[in-house]
Amino acid sequence: MSQPPQAARPPKERRRTSLAARGEPLLWLLGAGQVVASLMILGLLFFVLVKGFSTFWPKPVELVETASGERLLGEVTRTETFRPMQSEADAAAAEPVNRRLLRTGNYDLYGDDFRWVLDAEIVSSTRPADAVAIERLEWGPFVGFIEEYRSAGATVAAGRAAAWSAFEERHAGVRDLWREIGDLERGELGDVFHEIDGLRLSLRRLELEQGKNSPEYAAAAAAADRERAALMLRSNEIGSRVAALRARMEEDVLVLSEIGGVRKELPVYAVVRAYQANQLSLGDRLGIYFARWWEFMSDEPRESNTEGGVFPAIFGTVLMTLIMALAVTPFGVIAALYLREYAKQGFIVSAVRVAVNNLAGVPSIVFGVFGLGFFCYLVGGTIDSIFYPEYAPSPKFGTQGLMWASLTLALLTLPVVIVATEEALSAVPRSLREAGYACGASKWQVIRMVVLPKAMPGIMTGIILAMARGAGEVAPLMLTGVVKLAPELPVSGDFPFIHLERSIMHLGFHIYDLGFQSRNAEAAKPMVFTTTLLLISVIVLMNVFVISLRTRLKRKLSSGYF
Amino acid sequence: MPTAARSAPARAPLNSDPVTVLPESLDQPSTVHEAVMSGPAAVEVDRFNLWYGANQAIHNVSLRIPERKVIALLGPSGCGKSTLLRSLNRLNDLIPGVRTTGDIRLHGDSVLGPDVDVIELRKRMGMVFQKSNPFPMTIFENVVFPLRIDGIRNQAMLDEVCERSLKASAIWEEAKDRLHTSALSLSGGQQQRLCIARAIAANPEVVLMDEPCSALDPIATSKIEDLMLDLKQDYTVVIVTHNMQQAARVSDYTALFYFGRLIEYGPTAEIFQRPRRPETADYIQGRFG
Repeated sequence: MSQPPQAARPPKERRRTSLAARGEPLLWLLGAGQVVASLMILGLLFFVLVKGFSTFWPKPVELVETASGERLLGEVTRTETFRPMQSEADAAAAEPVNRRLLRTGNYDLYGDDFRWVLDAEIVSSTRPADAVAIERLEWGPFVGFIEEYRSAGATVAAGRAAAWSAFEERHAGVRDLWREIGDLERGELGDVFHEIDGLRLSLRRLELEQGKNSPEYAAAAAAADRERAALMLRSNEIGSRVAALRARMEEDVLVLSEIGGVRKELPVYAVVRAYQANQLSLGDRLGIYFARWWEFMSDEPRESNTEGGVFPAIFGTVLMTLIMALAVTPFGVIAALYLREYAKQGFIVSAVRVAVNNLAGVPSIVFGVFGLGFFCYLVGGTIDSIFYPEYAPSPKFGTQGLMWASLTLALLTLPVVIVATEEALSAVPRSLREAGYACGASKWQVIRMVVLPKAMPGIMTGIILAMARGAGEVAPLMLTGVVKLAPELPVSGDFPFIHLERSIMHLGFHIYDLGFQSRNAEAAKPMVFTTTLLLISVIVLMNVFVISLRTRLKRKLSSGYF
Repeated sequence: MPTAARSAPARAPLNSDPVTVLPESLDQPSTVHEAVMSGPAAVEVDRFNLWYGANQAIHNVSLRIPERKVIALLGPSGCGKSTLLRSLNRLNDLIPGVRTTGDIRLHGDSVLGPDVDVIELRKRMGMVFQKSNPFPMTIFENVVFPLRIDGIRNQAMLDEVCERSLKASAIWEEAKDRLHTSALSLSGGQQQRLCIARAIAANPEVVLMDEPCSALDPIATSKIEDLMLDLKQDYTVVIVTHNMQQAARVSDYTALFYFGRLIEYGPTAEIFQRPRRPETADYIQGRFG
């Protein structure tokens, strides 16, 4: 028995949630945006890291002979493919060719550091074992051979191998002498001149206060003369010590020859570092690499900043950023407190808030101009004329300096702190404030004891943002306090220890200076990346410090121990 | 502005049987049992009216709160009971657009007068809120906060007050070994008891509690209810609740509010067993609210 088949129910149309309803395309868009942003950041960082970390790696020295009979010796800095173009017409026809950039050094002899060589022109390319690369105090690197080592006019060692081992043996001792002279000149001799200058200034001050004909002035002038004479005697004595050391130091001389056959004498003290570039083991290379990093981080710059270290710039950047943070935090927090807690919310407060936000959009160079006019000339000039009249006509505070640069940056980053603080304050729950009021606390007590501690992590976020913004800023600093080469650090052993009036060096400005202001852009280019890497690292380190502070604070607030 | 919304009668949800409460019955005077008139009064509310802007939230309420009793302010959401409580220590001053008439007296001293020192007034009352709100400080600092704001630095005194308050609020055993850890590390119920300790640290005359158990689990709730019974040995406790069982368990007197009016006020047993007003009976039997 077969039952009649039931009438098949019409298949129910399966409905699916549409793509748009599930937000799928939007998700792709968001993801793509995130990927693009991450790639840009990672790419930039990767670029800076690769370029920055490879700068100090010692490269081998190649001897290249060209078809035209020219012999060149130098480090291969990079190779590239290009299309030689004499004119528009043959541009299409030209075959791409390879060329390499040789760092030949010897700027003093030839007037250039680098030579491009077409691969097609090269007849032979070798790496001579006794070729030496020398970093010098002046004129950049030398690439060539050490022929002879002389001391006090007499030959100590002749021949490349013997001269090299003599150099290796005696170089450190001569460099010690050089350092000793530097310490004497900057330390003791500097102190003496500092004291002499102090005498002149205090005498000048007395003259301004009492008049040149007063008996006090006459007495002081006589005393100052006696003191000055004693100081001059001391400076002469130090000077003769320096001269003796210098004579000993200058005895040792290298006789160098370069690939073209030109001979040249180079005093040993002027050799910062020399190495036989083609005989280095991996350990030697690593040693040179890290020694160069150490020199870079701890030494002063030389050769118009393209060589040597950037310690003053690191120091200046950190100090300036810290002073800026110290200046901007109280102002920003106070302003935000008033705007959020005390001011009657209305049109005027809204207008102020809009103005503050727009302040963040003002080009930073405008802040620089303002800082120069207001801080340096007006405030600084007034301070000078009231407190330091004896310095005239040269200014003390009335010119570019650390303090004015920091205050200008503080002004620049004020909106960031104000906005972040306002956000943090408004995020404090009302129930917490009410609890404070219900205990009988005044408005100020509630703000100080309840609201501010609760808002502190948010405020610190603002400070982090401000520091990151401020430390990377260059344009306003060029006008208000940062120089290419600062003679002294802003911190010293002399009272008052932090010299806010001194101009400083700054990593950001250093990058600009290296990249666009140096005589030899090709030589400075790797340093641009290394300095950038350093600036990024400094900013990251400072941020990590503040972030760890904030994390500790948050933990304290939520669950941890006080 | 949650308080305003909650207390504004015009916007209050009316999910009741519309027949039981007739609008005209609201305009009858409050029914007050004679028993509440005995004993010295801690707080007297005298023909008190309150407006949020144009909305009148409290209509002509007179209420006498005797000393060392627990008084429950009962009523459906939006009936003005929290607003009244927050008027006792003038916390409503923080809300813009609040206007009042009538008077409130704390042990005879005017609360609402223009030349009252609000800060001193609030120090005479402790307050516990619906949601526990410990400060972002240590447990110790939370408890002694009312003393700190008075500038008291005497460590022995602070220690003594801390211990006494924590014991009185039944959290001493749990907190004594971690007095100097953050208060936010406590559980919800512990935090609420800590807030009670803070409210009684400065020896207030009255303790105000605004639905103190509404965010707590039953165990924490019963601990706090036990605590209220202990507290009335020393303090007058005013508690706002919309939980009738809670009012029945802890309070000596109950005041029933509806639409910003005080409907009936009397000993809790009387209110629950022999209500004199039909609205009270309806509310007790769960017909609205």
